Amino acid sequence: MSATEASMTALTIRLEDELFAVEASRVREILDLVAITEVPSAPDFVGGLINVRGRVVPLADLRVMFGMHRPEPDEDTRIVVMEVDIDGEPTIAGILADKVHDVTEIESASIEEAPKVGMRWRPEFVKGIGKRNGGFIIIPDMERIFETSGGRSASAANSEERPAS
Amino acid sequence: MNISDPTETFRQEARELLDQLEAGLLDLEQDPSNSDLINSTFRALHTIKGSGAMFGFTAVAEFVHDFETAFDRVRKGQSEANAALIGVALDAKDHITLLIENPDADIAGGAEILVALRAIVDGVGETGTAAPAVPSAAETAASSIAAPVGSAAVKNWRLTFYLPSDALIYGTNPLLLLEELKQIGPATVLALTDRIPDFDIFDPEVSYLGWQVDIEAEDPTAAIDDVFLFLRDNMELTLAPLPREPAAAAGLVIDLAADDAMPEAPFVPESAAPVEAPIVKVAPKRTKPAEKAEEKPAATSLRVPAERLDELMDRVGELVIAQARLSQIAASSSDIALKTIAEELERLSSGLRDTTMGIRMVPIGTIFSRFRRLVHDLSTELGKQIEFITTGEETELDKTVIERLADPLVHLIRNSVDHGLESAEKRLAAGKDAKGTVRLSAVYSGAEVAISVIDDGAGLNHERIRAKAEENGLILPDAKLTEQELNHLIFAPGFSTAKEVTALSGRGVGMDVVKRTIDGLRGTIDVTTTQGEGSTFTLRLPLTLAIIDGMLVRVGDGRYTIPLAAVEECVELPDGIEAHAKGRNFLDIRGSLVPYLRLRQVFGLKGEGEAHQKVVIVSSGEGRVGLVVDQIIGNNQTVIKQLSKLHSGIKSFSGATILGDGSVALILDTAHLVASGQSYVERNVGRAA
Repeated sequence: MSATEASMTALTIRLEDELFAVEASRVREILDLVAITEVPSAPDFVGGLINVRGRVVPLADLRVMFGMHRPEPDEDTRIVVMEVDIDGEPTIAGILADKVHDVTEIESASIEEAPKVGMRWRPEFVKGIGKRNGGFIIIPDMERIFETSGGRSASAANSEERPAS
Repeated sequence: MNISDPTETFRQEARELLDQLEAGLLDLEQDPSNSDLINSTFRALHTIKGSGAMFGFTAVAEFVHDFETAFDRVRKGQSEANAALIGVALDAKDHITLLIENPDADIAGGAEILVALRAIVDGVGETGTAAPAVPSAAETAASSIAAPVGSAAVKNWRLTFYLPSDALIYGTNPLLLLEELKQIGPATVLALTDRIPDFDIFDPEVSYLGWQVDIEAEDPTAAIDDVFLFLRDNMELTLAPLPREPAAAAGLVIDLAADDAMPEAPFVPESAAPVEAPIVKVAPKRTKPAEKAEEKPAATSLRVPAERLDELMDRVGELVIAQARLSQIAASSSDIALKTIAEELERLSSGLRDTTMGIRMVPIGTIFSRFRRLVHDLSTELGKQIEFITTGEETELDKTVIERLADPLVHLIRNSVDHGLESAEKRLAAGKDAKGTVRLSAVYSGAEVAISVIDDGAGLNHERIRAKAEENGLILPDAKLTEQELNHLIFAPGFSTAKEVTALSGRGVGMDVVKRTIDGLRGTIDVTTTQGEGSTFTLRLPLTLAIIDGMLVRVGDGRYTIPLAAVEECVELPDGIEAHAKGRNFLDIRGSLVPYLRLRQVFGLKGEGEAHQKVVIVSSGEGRVGLVVDQIIGNNQTVIKQLSKLHSGIKSFSGATILGDGSVALILDTAHLVASGQSYVERNVGRAA
């Protein structure tokens, strides 16, 4: 079945022990783990930079936003390079994934709004929750997540203003 | 540039021509009898008229036509290019600009300008004798060229011409020229094929043909001159009355090719006074060389959209990175062939990089010229006599830097003229020349360009600055400020000491814009001022925004690049300095105290620094600061990559770069670090004092 409006083509990734789905059309490529350059004073969520074919690309860790543990990378760790809109400006960013699963169709009908209560993460970061094979797939609201982080990084920069003395 | 929009192309071209026109007019003001200048000005006008009509800018074409008609009297020497004429001509130029930018708008004022223009040229034509007319060129011409006596009697003329050999390449259509010639009068055209070479060396793009045109007309010289307006510098053209006419002895030979005139041309010299010979322009090279309007070698240039250059720069940047990786691999390999090719590639890519950078470099003179007009207008408006001197026009800067530099410089020059220079009376009272001087200069200094705006006015009034700053709440009433800090207060937003708001300045916007723009270009501003003698504003800007030489350092596990242009020296951090410092972080560098920042702390790294730490002393403007690092790795060439929005809030870094091993290193923003070092000094020195 081809992708219609009734469904969403998504790349599923695993963070900690939860499945997440990101829009496949926004994914540029999937990389093995590369050298990550730490950015001092940047918020943990976007604490690194990577080199993607000669471009310097910020690396985001969604686990920070969902309050998850951040174990050391292992052989399953991948970087999903994708396009996100930051304040309306398309930006290339990398996202750390504990594991990349597959590309799948998620029926729109099966996607439910995130419940306001009873979830262990902030509801505004979740666009919806899909169901597949009896399990849940979280669809994160990337725009919202990156917008928030932008504001945060700015405030972090201000606190960094004061030089060490 | 959108290729499918010819009007935009015309606008762009017209803008350039108008700039040329303005520069020509301003030059003429200095040197009113320079015929080269008059001609180039006239030619710019003529081109605007021609292409304006072609692209449907009828209003422009009509206005320019009248302008041109008036100016033609100057060209013919019937009128003088005096200051009044230049003034009106500049207004006319502005009017054309308006017409071109808003072709649909109904713009008034054109008629008055033309009336004023005509009044001036006619007035001079009547009062003055015709004698000061035809300038030096005429004299040179008189010896070799004779104007026809009683040319009105001559009915048949023979025109022989060969177009410049590259005429076809530049899109000249000989057929159209011939059509135009036919409109002068009944004409017979004969093609001259004598110069067509053998087939094996025949180049289809070269114009070999010549034409012989017999025209019936009273005096076709002016009309013919118009037809060949754009070509005549390099073409061969002779015009003579046909021999069978009674006035056969009289002739007019126009030799417009430089040196090798046509030996076979009918050349009939006869002395006669050039009563009204408009085409007495011999090869312009032979006239006395003008100071500025020197002959410029015909440069072939190409218009390329700026984005394509940026794209090229990006690609070259990536190539440089890839090449650095290859070199690293080759260095650790024992394969001779690989080493050789890596070396060769290094040479080639560094050459390519330099060339690409060179393409983006533009002489700063391109924007200096527009300031001459600004000063001219300011001088009229404020009634101040100003001498404006520019030096270093040939200094080259990255195109993007130059474009963004124009506005700040306008503000600085206005500031100097309006606030800096005193009125003539005050100047005389202070024992100065009534005429004020504003200098604009550009010089290379290291990897930077220093651009200075220097005036010999009153200098900055520190008391007034302080009073104003206190009034606006920028500083506390008892704040102790150094001279440099006081000077820099004028760059604070909303600061203006002008007592009354003039049309030019005094609204308190401007100087803060200057500061912001220069910061954005990774540049700095220095201000020095001497009471009663004047002020100097110096902008220091990096040569390019795309590539810098960097010093690679290590702090903890991270590697960082410091722009080499900012590095003054490197010293060892003395052991146990903390013990002596009593909590203050200063280094004694040859007698002067330099504050230092431990980058480990700035970056929030845990753990004490390693033994034998190094201090890199960096400077920005007047300030210096030491940056304590764990290790200095070496120098590298760095392609600057902008940080994304996610990291743009972090002030310590101005960008990132990719190292030879493919990893990313951050570039330190030295201006920011120096500033925070300075504020640290102020806090501590203030506390100590």
